[in-house]
Amino acid sequence: MENKIIDVCGLSCPEPVIRVRKTLKNYDGEFKVISDQEVANENILRLSRKMGYECEIQKNDNKYELLIKKG
Amino acid sequence: MNNKKRMIFTGMIVGILSVLLVIMGNPANMGICVACFIRDIAGSLGFHRASIVQYIRPEIIGFVLGSFIISKISGEFKTVSGSSPLLRFVISCFVMIGALVFLGCPLRMVLRIAGGDLNAIVGLFGFAAGIFYGTKFLRKGFTLGRSYKQKNIGGYILPLISVGLLALIIIKPSFIFISEKGPGSMFAPIMISLGAGLIVGVLSQKSRLCMVGGFRDLYLMRDFQLIIGFISILVTVLILNLILGNFNLSFVNQPAAHADGLWNFLGMFLTGFGSLLLGGCPLRQTILAGQGNLDSVITFLGLIMGSAIAHNFLMVGSTANGHIAVVIGIISLSLIACFNIEK
Repeated sequence: MENKIIDVCGLSCPEPVIRVRKTLKNYDGEFKVISDQEVANENILRLSRKMGYECEIQKNDNKYELLIKKG
Repeated sequence: MNNKKRMIFTGMIVGILSVLLVIMGNPANMGICVACFIRDIAGSLGFHRASIVQYIRPEIIGFVLGSFIISKISGEFKTVSGSSPLLRFVISCFVMIGALVFLGCPLRMVLRIAGGDLNAIVGLFGFAAGIFYGTKFLRKGFTLGRSYKQKNIGGYILPLISVGLLALIIIKPSFIFISEKGPGSMFAPIMISLGAGLIVGVLSQKSRLCMVGGFRDLYLMRDFQLIIGFISILVTVLILNLILGNFNLSFVNQPAAHADGLWNFLGMFLTGFGSLLLGGCPLRQTILAGQGNLDSVITFLGLIMGSAIAHNFLMVGSTANGHIAVVIGIISLSLIACFNIEK
């Protein structure tokens, strides 16, 4: 299955987390989140851990890639 | 320091500074009030002529500059804009009107509760209800759209204006207004207020302290991270007020408050709902404005405009005009929320 990508760049709080949570609830595979704000990363990281997922954050130029998968 | 500890620490420092600022001269239960202080600045610049609430509050200048400085150091400063600026302006006008009907921003609501003001507990219920109402729209897909990176120069405007405001309050030229009586005439020494503002600005930027976010995340995600800040401020100020003998548990004879329960509730309902749509309380918006978010700068300007409208049109406290404005506000914001749902 092709990896899903969610772009949360430029979204206000708490929209990035809501979008990721929706995906976590409806999708079982690995997926990638593209973000441009540290605050969104922190919130997504917290949410993923709480829901039993692993979240790896990598910086790419001015954006971040968050890889989320089952823990 | 982990996020939770940082949030508790920030709440404690905000609480301690709020009490200290009252001891040093700020009005009672108003050590820090983002809405009141932005309103005072609007009055000092002559945008409204309510003579008892006119003063350029250095605390607000400190919030902006504290956030600006720390975000420049940490690399988080980034100029962005484009997320429905005009809608944000309108929403923030109503956020301010709701706050001025209640007589305080969400942060002052906490300080009032910690001072024993039972009217603020009514306000808290309204605030929580407004946020809960707003989360219904968020769950359905409400969004004000994305913001995009802009040239950095835009992000420097509000910090530069803040420096200009600081110069004005130090020089005190004859064209600015400073209250001779009432809350506007009560203030801590400039450098104390500025220092406290800078500390709160830095800590709030780092911890993401937000009064609205606490309830929102609790409803939406059962996440306690942000509500910890809210509780930490409340507990700190409550303890200090009890020690200092500043705790007066009652509905009546509270400083800068009224006992009209319905409008305390609905005023804060409007403020909570509006702040939720904006993505943060007035304090958080001010912090974001300092770190280059131009949509939050527009929100800040909306708060100034809202305060001028509220005072010029006699909407402050429980007044007939204020009641009408709050009802119009709740309806308008509901419509804005409905029309911005993305499927």
